[in-house]
Amino acid sequence: MKSFTVSRAYGAFMRTARSQLRHPQSAVGTLLVVFFLILALFGPQLAPYPNPNDQSHSLRAAPTLDIGGLRLGEHPFGTDRLGRDVYSRVILGAGSIFRIAGLGTLISVVLGSALGLFMGYQGGWVDEIIGRVIDALLAIPALLLALVLIGIIRNLDFAAGSWQAALADNVILLVISLLYIPIVARVARSTTLDIKTREFVEAAEIRGESQFYIIFREILPSVIPSLVVEASLRFSYAIFLVASLGFLGFGARPPSPDWGLMVNENRGGFYQLTPWALEFPALAIAILVIAVNLMSDGIRRAVQKGS
Amino acid sequence: MATVTQRNLLDVDKLTISYRVEDQWIQAVRDFQLQLGRGHIIGLVGESGSGKSTVALALMRYLSRNGRVEKGSRLVFDGEDLLSKPNAEMRRLWAKRIKFVPQNAAAALNPSIKIGRQVTETLKAADGIDGHEAYERMIRMFHDVNLVDPERVAERYPHELSGGMQQRVTIAMALISNPELLILDEPTTGLDVTTEAVILDLVRRLIAERDTSVVYITHNLGVVAQLCERALVLYAGEIMEEASVLDLFQQPRHPYSLGLISSVPKPGQSKRAAPLQSIAGNPPSLTRIPSGCVFANRCPLVLDLCRERKPPLETLEDGRLVRCHRWSEMEAGMQPVSPILRPPSPSLWRASPEREKGRNALLDTTGEKERKKPLPLHGVAQAQTRRGGVWGGGNDNTLMRATDLSKHFPVERKVSEILGRLDPAPIRAVDGVDLRLRAGQTLGLVGESGSGKTTLARLIIGLEERSGGTLELLGMDVRNSVRDRSQDVLSKLQMVFQNPQNSLNPYLSVRQAIRRPLIKLRGFAPAEADAEALALLERVNLRAEYAERYPDELSGGEKQRVAIARAFASDPDLIICDEPVSALDVSVQSAVLNLLAELQDEHGSAYLFISHNLSVVGYLADAIAVMYLGQLFEVGEARELFQSPYHPYTEALVSAIPVPDPLHATERILLSDDLPSAQNLPSGCRFHTRCPRKIGEICETDKPPWRQGDAGHLIRCHIPLDELTNAQSGLVLTDETD
Repeated sequence: MKSFTVSRAYGAFMRTARSQLRHPQSAVGTLLVVFFLILALFGPQLAPYPNPNDQSHSLRAAPTLDIGGLRLGEHPFGTDRLGRDVYSRVILGAGSIFRIAGLGTLISVVLGSALGLFMGYQGGWVDEIIGRVIDALLAIPALLLALVLIGIIRNLDFAAGSWQAALADNVILLVISLLYIPIVARVARSTTLDIKTREFVEAAEIRGESQFYIIFREILPSVIPSLVVEASLRFSYAIFLVASLGFLGFGARPPSPDWGLMVNENRGGFYQLTPWALEFPALAIAILVIAVNLMSDGIRRAVQKGS
Repeated sequence: MATVTQRNLLDVDKLTISYRVEDQWIQAVRDFQLQLGRGHIIGLVGESGSGKSTVALALMRYLSRNGRVEKGSRLVFDGEDLLSKPNAEMRRLWAKRIKFVPQNAAAALNPSIKIGRQVTETLKAADGIDGHEAYERMIRMFHDVNLVDPERVAERYPHELSGGMQQRVTIAMALISNPELLILDEPTTGLDVTTEAVILDLVRRLIAERDTSVVYITHNLGVVAQLCERALVLYAGEIMEEASVLDLFQQPRHPYSLGLISSVPKPGQSKRAAPLQSIAGNPPSLTRIPSGCVFANRCPLVLDLCRERKPPLETLEDGRLVRCHRWSEMEAGMQPVSPILRPPSPSLWRASPEREKGRNALLDTTGEKERKKPLPLHGVAQAQTRRGGVWGGGNDNTLMRATDLSKHFPVERKVSEILGRLDPAPIRAVDGVDLRLRAGQTLGLVGESGSGKTTLARLIIGLEERSGGTLELLGMDVRNSVRDRSQDVLSKLQMVFQNPQNSLNPYLSVRQAIRRPLIKLRGFAPAEADAEALALLERVNLRAEYAERYPDELSGGEKQRVAIARAFASDPDLIICDEPVSALDVSVQSAVLNLLAELQDEHGSAYLFISHNLSVVGYLADAIAVMYLGQLFEVGEARELFQSPYHPYTEALVSAIPVPDPLHATERILLSDDLPSAQNLPSGCRFHTRCPRKIGEICETDKPPWRQGDAGHLIRCHIPLDELTNAQSGLVLTDETD
């Protein structure tokens, strides 16, 4: 967005960042999210054993982590029943969850806000029809819709290498986008309804500006703050959903180091043998979701103050 | 004052109030003092941010949680120190002896409790009275505040009442416990002049009857002049001057008071005589209060001393208070040399001779000697009379012509109407308006809220689609919606909006806002557009560095200047100004009005200027149209607005103006404040339900004819013009004697 000059965007970013650090909760949340983001980006470099399926270690070794003594030891989080280092697998798992949840959030925010802006600005029957469809979609429980969609797409038979096959491989991404586009669209629409009555939009109309120009140059910048808040909220839900689907066995396939999948693989009888192989990925999911929520609260606070 | 032995009801001294804003204590009001005797009424005047509402709440010791009264402050009510009182005792005072009437009555009344219960509740809190006795007292009080049909009002919910009625209820609520001190915080600000006149009249009468002391807070100098005995001028949290209203308006001793008083257009004052005076600059930020005089950076009389040392609040011989190092020089008659009395900016000063020339050229058409004679009608006329040839010259110079313009908003059908296949009556916001604008002139459009003036403007600009009628601009047919209009028409029609807060996109810089119409409507290349944007900025008296600023870095007046520059960027022939100064502070308002007048002379653009403020319209307009319930009722020369004959509606509007001159007294014509619904219009003359001069049944049955006066003056009324003139001879506000 050219209208969003660099200095202005930077100023808004710094204001938000400063506000985040002033409140202890959002500071903790933001720092934790940044920590996980580093794990996601540099996982293969940071993990002691970058191959997630490295089964060369002793089986069911107990965690050697000693927080009091600040010592990680040989297998900080222990090893699982196949002799894989849980610590490495948790670190490597950050990448996939960030990729799927993050990308899914991004796609749904971009498409959802475009749809919402269009509905809100256009109004009338266009808004009415799309609005009803969205309401209908939102009435179906998210997990149910996800399971149905995955079930359908996974069972279709595609030629290997075709685009349909690529789609089927990224079915979770697709599901997250489809689930969250309507929600984001609703938020974008309601903010647009508020902004479009402002006089600067009317000033653009009496200049004869195109609808595209009015939506993206005049209205969008004012909608962005609420979209940022919504995006952070969607991200936390997306993480939760990805982990849930992994746990239910609809997400990544073994031997992927997916956190949800790891929890699933190590429950039941295995929990007695290697509780750490379940507890550490579960803890990672919980901490990340809470951290994103804390950060999102902080962003909302900063944005609301700024407006 | 010194001989008064009776104790003052309110005795405030060295009152300093701070607010905590983002870890910082800001002193919003400093060293405030006030002595108020029983039965007296004092006005607190100030612009936004002057601290007047803070004072109002602090006088009741009612501050928000982030506010505090600083040590050393003295706040004594009837001999009792309020600052050391426990909250429980304060609540008893608030319940009975000290009452507050807020600005926004709609927000002050609980929307889910019936009026009757809300009012009797206050009686219970004050005197422990309830049941039948409380009800009786409430009904009596409602009669006192002229609420028609009090029993029914008591049964209603707040949203079922008009704004004026709601404000009467809050006043009744405040007075029902017979308080000793009544604090009114801008109680008429959101209301129409006609309603304002009714409320002021009410306050004046009720206070005289009850010996209540009143602190009346307002930004409207006219209200102070008409209502108060003394006035206190606040600026940036400090008292600038306190004096009797007569002294203050006749011989202000503080440059700020003088600037404030002279920047308000008086009824009958016109741009043809002289530009308005105004005060340059902006008030200081409360986070960086200057160590010297707070007004120094805007004061035309500023000395080095003023910037170095804060002037003390001195008591003069006549009992007034002044905070100025140079009051004695003001007393000695220095004001005529003050630059405040010269045009506000150098460029305006330069433009003035040309402007005079322009005006004279205009007047030359009627012969220079005949200046006393009104010009032939330039602005408007009605269709029926057009054929009668009142305009003489045919349609020369016609810029825009609207014929039978209408806007009927459809109403959603109720279930019963769908079943009965009935179409509900539409809301006739604009209903058959004929209007003509001449090139280079200003047509002022006045009327109460709900009269349809904004809808008319939106029809012309194309933001609403008209239901009927035609619109011609320079002989071209103008399409209904702005989306269907040609580039040519778009560039010729522009608009300046009411609320500067919303009229600029917060995410676009000033330069971006101004260059866009240049590129879009005039086909400038980006580099040319940037240069032209800077030139336009200079024309609206903003320095080039403003180009890179964003709206949140501008004051209200500066935003409105940018909006004006943007409107002029496409070089339009007609600019619609919808209440362009009503959201601005008095001292800024006059500068914007001057700017509009000056740009019109340079550019030759015509204005359709909409305002509820008749003095402002009278100042800027060449011709005037008065609108009521979707129709025009009077059109004529601007100067005719303040001279009889008037249409009875115009007469009521004019008489309701609070004139900023304490010596001015007119017989007010008070209208009832319930405007008929535009869905269910009165038969015959639409004004007959409220008309004080209704002559009989004919007003209810027949549509009134247009009657012609001098120079194309048209009045739509059953009463012949000479009869109107005779009846209205008392009401002449204009002092334009040329």
